[in-house]
Amino acid sequence: MKIKSQNIVSKGFIFIGAIALLNSCEVDTTQTVTTFDNLVMSDEFNVDGAPDSNLWTYDIGDGTNEGLPAGWGNNELQYYTDRPENVTVENGYLLITAQEESFEGSSYTSARIKTEGLFEQAYGRFEARIKVPYGQGYWPAFWLLGNDCDTNTWPACGEIDIMEYVGDEPTRVFGSAHGPGFSGGESISKDFVLENARFDTEFHVFGIEWSPDYINYYVDDVLYQQITRETIAEQTDGQGEWVFDGPFYIILNVAIGGDLPGSPNSETVFPQTMLVDYVRVYQE
Amino acid sequence: MNYRAKLKDNFIYLLAAMMLMVGCERELSDDSVLATNPKKGEVFTDNFVSMGSDFYFPFLGAKPDVFSVDNEEGYESDASIRIDVPNANDPTGGFAGAIFRSDAGPRDLSGFDALTFWAKASQGVTIGEFGFGVDFEGDVHRVALTNTSLSTNWQKITIPIPDASKLTQERGMFWFSAGSQGTGGNAYTFWVDEVQFEKLGTVRLENPFIFDGQDVSLNVFVDQEIGTENLGAIFNLENGQNLSVSAAPSYFEFISSDSNVNSDFMFNDQDQFVTTVDNTGTSVVTAQLANQLALGSLTLNATGSFDNATDPTTPAANVTSVYSDTYTSVTGFDPGIFAGSNIGNISVQNFGGNEHLSYQSVDFVGLGWDNTIDVSSKTTMHIDIQLKSAAGSNVVIELIDFGPDDTDNGFGGSDGTAGGFNASNLLVQDDWISLDIPLSSFTLPTGGGGSGSPNLSNLGFVVFVSNNGASFLVDNIYFYN
Repeated sequence: MKIKSQNIVSKGFIFIGAIALLNSCEVDTTQTVTTFDNLVMSDEFNVDGAPDSNLWTYDIGDGTNEGLPAGWGNNELQYYTDRPENVTVENGYLLITAQEESFEGSSYTSARIKTEGLFEQAYGRFEARIKVPYGQGYWPAFWLLGNDCDTNTWPACGEIDIMEYVGDEPTRVFGSAHGPGFSGGESISKDFVLENARFDTEFHVFGIEWSPDYINYYVDDVLYQQITRETIAEQTDGQGEWVFDGPFYIILNVAIGGDLPGSPNSETVFPQTMLVDYVRVYQE
Repeated sequence: MNYRAKLKDNFIYLLAAMMLMVGCERELSDDSVLATNPKKGEVFTDNFVSMGSDFYFPFLGAKPDVFSVDNEEGYESDASIRIDVPNANDPTGGFAGAIFRSDAGPRDLSGFDALTFWAKASQGVTIGEFGFGVDFEGDVHRVALTNTSLSTNWQKITIPIPDASKLTQERGMFWFSAGSQGTGGNAYTFWVDEVQFEKLGTVRLENPFIFDGQDVSLNVFVDQEIGTENLGAIFNLENGQNLSVSAAPSYFEFISSDSNVNSDFMFNDQDQFVTTVDNTGTSVVTAQLANQLALGSLTLNATGSFDNATDPTTPAANVTSVYSDTYTSVTGFDPGIFAGSNIGNISVQNFGGNEHLSYQSVDFVGLGWDNTIDVSSKTTMHIDIQLKSAAGSNVVIELIDFGPDDTDNGFGGSDGTAGGFNASNLLVQDDWISLDIPLSSFTLPTGGGGSGSPNLSNLGFVVFVSNNGASFLVDNIYFYN
């Protein structure tokens, strides 16, 4: 979470008490970092305007520029742009906003930003603090792709989905891994359902801890899935291949419609924004 | 006291307080709250919980004895609330409806976000209304979920609380209203169980609404009272579905763009929640619920004072009055003693101490009073009418005489007589028109079977009939010579 206590420095000695209070009583919403405690990348989104161009670039369009059929291979309905009405940084948050509008032949616009060529890493702890939209058709995600997908065709290049969510199930997220023998609808995946809370009304921390031997999936401080070479072998009858040893890059996006969430309905509210408080990556 | 010493003392207290805080006293605020109502959520689990003994109150007109505790049926238990909805023609009441009001004092429900319960029925039915916040003591926090579909399997029903911070002392725990419109008038049974207020954490307020979310504009007059209608909120539930509930005005805060034009909303003498137009001008009323702007608005265009009908000048000695502020009129006057389909659109309006009657979208409506009046010595009927609907609206005025038996017993071979006068061509939209109609002119046959030219010694009703849904205002109905 944001270190809000900095705001009360000027309040003199009360500050001391407040710090003591925080130290002794604060509910720690960050995840336990044991092996991956060396912060190597962080974007706290503290500079208003376009996302930091040293770290983020864009996927633009409907996927046809990438040689995919329109809809990014999933029959998604949005056209991704880099316009501020779709992606901007404001008040300490990254805002990815889906709009319902006619644009370049699509009925919706949104954004998909990525660190391809700017920050790529194998292994480590990848985490982000996110609040998602709600309503049928929304499909936000925080995920990683192998940096050789241009030459080593997906799914051979590997995909790690740290957080996916569909807006008509506001208490559920899921984490997945895709590789040869386990991709698309056959990916290795598990969901996590919140009790007495929702993902669209408050922030939650989504993270993985990824080592040469495992990928651990977390929501807040809860480990809910571990994927290992053995997991892959078991779930694919030995056909699947661990392809998670090279550098991957980060993607944040809000898709609209498509095979997974279905199309928005009359009750789906537009525009809505995915807020990202921070993205942090640690190494061993 | 020495100021410096006081400062020092305060500093020490503050330090002590800080040390307490550092000791992780997170519940301080809860502990320090003065005596409050119990924060109990359960209403019925395997039996009633903290409801006292006298908690069941049927609605007026409902069959009173429809409720029992069923000790065989239950959701994962052997007990539930059983409601036997009667046949529509049940002489003791044609529908089921009642409240469950805590007889053990009010509760503090501010920590919950929904009323939940499990329900099923003896057949697939739609239950008209479920809710909470009805206590028969103003129903200030009334919430209703309408048209809940029940099957023969148990299902969980969730009714979100629009703004729980308002419910710190609530006695209206649960209410229902169920008829047999969907079952061809035939009786059926439904059961509810595990009735409780819960903190689900999964209920999202999507948007509150007033006036069904529409932007309504009204031309109003100074001194007019304007109410609110069709208030509620849409919630998004854990299952992704949107759910709309209706909510009482007390959950909302109303904001008027020009407080010089209209007053704050408040309850008037008739327990209606209204704003009063104070001055000419335009004011836009919006509302918030739980700090969220409601969809819908009310624009009040106040152009001036209402022009009342001209006060009559006929000497009182020559007048027999049915309805007028100027004369002593009949006792027991009822502006809608019978009506066709629009009895809800009859109202009495008052500007500057001068009342008149308002009829909207009339098909027929009868004006009655105690006993009958003898106007046989009068020559003329006076009535002031301001047409509100468009020119061409049809308005026929009928007089019904009960005959010597002084009793309304129709026209079939009895002593009743009736006749009508078509005023349609005489009326002008938005202007008061004074009609002075010779009593010999009520020659038209009437909708009720009268053949025209009624007797006048035992006059019982004045009736307005319109074949195209006229709307109009009426004042000063009297007979004179």
